[in-house]
Amino acid sequence: MSKSKFKNPVVKWIDHRLPVFSFMDHELNHYPTPKNLNYFWNFGSLAGFALVTMIVTGIVLSMNYTAHVDYAFDSVERIMRDVNHGWLIRYIHMNGASFFFIVVYIHIFRGLYYGSYKAPRELLWILGVLILLLMMATAFMGYVLPWGQMSFWGATVITNLFSAIPVVGESIVTWLWGGFSVDNSTLNRFFSLHFVLPFVIVGVVILHLVALHRFGSNNPIGIDVKGTQDTIPFSPYYTIKDLFGLSVFLSLFAAAVFFFPNFMGHPDNYIEANPMVTPAHIVPEWYFLPFYAILRAIPDKLGGVLFMFGAIAVLFVLPWLDRSPVRSSQFRPIFKIFFWILLLDCILLGYLGAMPAEGIYVTLSRIATAYYFFHFLVLFPLLPYIEKTKPLPISISEPVLSGGSTASAFAAREKK
Amino acid sequence: MSTKSNSQSSKNEGKRDFLIVSTYAMAGIGAASVAWPLIDQMNPAADTLALASTEVDLSSLEEGQSITVTWRGKPVFVRHRTPEEIKLAKEVSLDDMRHPETDEERVANEKFIVLVGVCTHLGCVPLGQKSGDVKGQYGGWFCPCHGSHYDHSGRIRKGPAPTNLEVPSYEFLSDNIIKIG
Repeated sequence: MSKSKFKNPVVKWIDHRLPVFSFMDHELNHYPTPKNLNYFWNFGSLAGFALVTMIVTGIVLSMNYTAHVDYAFDSVERIMRDVNHGWLIRYIHMNGASFFFIVVYIHIFRGLYYGSYKAPRELLWILGVLILLLMMATAFMGYVLPWGQMSFWGATVITNLFSAIPVVGESIVTWLWGGFSVDNSTLNRFFSLHFVLPFVIVGVVILHLVALHRFGSNNPIGIDVKGTQDTIPFSPYYTIKDLFGLSVFLSLFAAAVFFFPNFMGHPDNYIEANPMVTPAHIVPEWYFLPFYAILRAIPDKLGGVLFMFGAIAVLFVLPWLDRSPVRSSQFRPIFKIFFWILLLDCILLGYLGAMPAEGIYVTLSRIATAYYFFHFLVLFPLLPYIEKTKPLPISISEPVLSGGSTASAFAAREKK
Repeated sequence: MSTKSNSQSSKNEGKRDFLIVSTYAMAGIGAASVAWPLIDQMNPAADTLALASTEVDLSSLEEGQSITVTWRGKPVFVRHRTPEEIKLAKEVSLDDMRHPETDEERVANEKFIVLVGVCTHLGCVPLGQKSGDVKGQYGGWFCPCHGSHYDHSGRIRKGPAPTNLEVPSYEFLSDNIIKIG
């Protein structure tokens, strides 16, 4: 492209020296995208939107927040009552965290169903799991900042997980706390990290996008794009589809913020932290519940911690655990059934994480935990040897257009 | 290339490797010494470490009563045990305990048990200090977070906690006053 495609002389002048406009035009406008993406492909851009929302509301909240054990709780109440629009900004931030996780979990299960983690997209997937881990750390530390009872005891329990490490565990916990219990030093450092980690997430998201644009999006039938007849430019086709999805997302999000802002929270967090009294039933935020259930299912402290972290660690190696060359579940009849079992298993674990650790709940947690690891460590590697996959279509165009020979006909039509 | 210059160059390469390795080593030591203050600043500060010990007057503590005091930001349980509780704590067999310790090892004066009131599992404060609290199957303390049961000596008997409730270092200053820490 020797001649500039931009008409505006200022844009042209800048782009010649700093080709940001060419870059955006190439990656966001012309970017060839498989033409058969369904609505599950909306959740990546929705996650990006949620991240920006969290950063913007978070920055303005920090302007009114005081990171000190004597003032933190009151400063949050002041935000809710006295700061102009403070209630709105805080409820957006608070519910935004939940919606961010909803979107990201759907995004992850989309990847699992359509095999988006398989070659050549292994690094794309691994970067995604890294983003999930960073999100969890950020969300956990953010939940501590209002300094309510759940904040305090959540922080105590989660930091104590590290005391399970043999020999150095206690020293690590003291180091994390900066004292002998969760206290002012802990609150200060959590505030600092909660502020900075989202920008680290932005960095990893950029790498995630670079890796995505290397081979382009996967698609519902999971076969590679064979040529221009299989793709459409990102804009306007997917920009408009993403915007439509965003409007649906925003409707639900607004409903939560304005009508059920505390539905996903816990009332005990409106009681100021008291280091002398543990609430009778402490639970983490809902997005941690499945992992919490795994932690409690194992009757051994170190074992519980290892299994909980292991539940995320298996995701990192998933591209090598799944030995099937077929990506999409649409062509894997047995895998497809197990996918839904895994989804139900994760929902069950989430429910069990919210229940007290006794009686039938413990037994069910153990069964559900066993299934989770069975699915990743046994089913993924072994299923390809027994499963007979359905025949893959020749190209993306073939199942989109009825009839067998239409792909070439369509290609011919494109040329005209 | 003559053999002489070959050996000369290998000698030079040896020198060069040494220079490279020592440069990296020095850079590594330099990086570590810069990193250490940044890491160690997160450990407890001098004022946190200097937290005073706590003195507790036990004279008003009746048999069967418990009090909770604060030491280093943590709750410390002090219980004036009843004769039945002492008997139970002493006579129970240590065979099936996860962390076997005799009651004598855990008390200075068998009437008073002093414990750090932090569950050794994940740090919650166990119930059992108030008369109406759930005290668990062994009558001592019960952690509501993940269901650990402790006996009258604060020993773990059932549940996920790996060790007994910690006994802080303390001494009797007189018959009725203890100093913790």
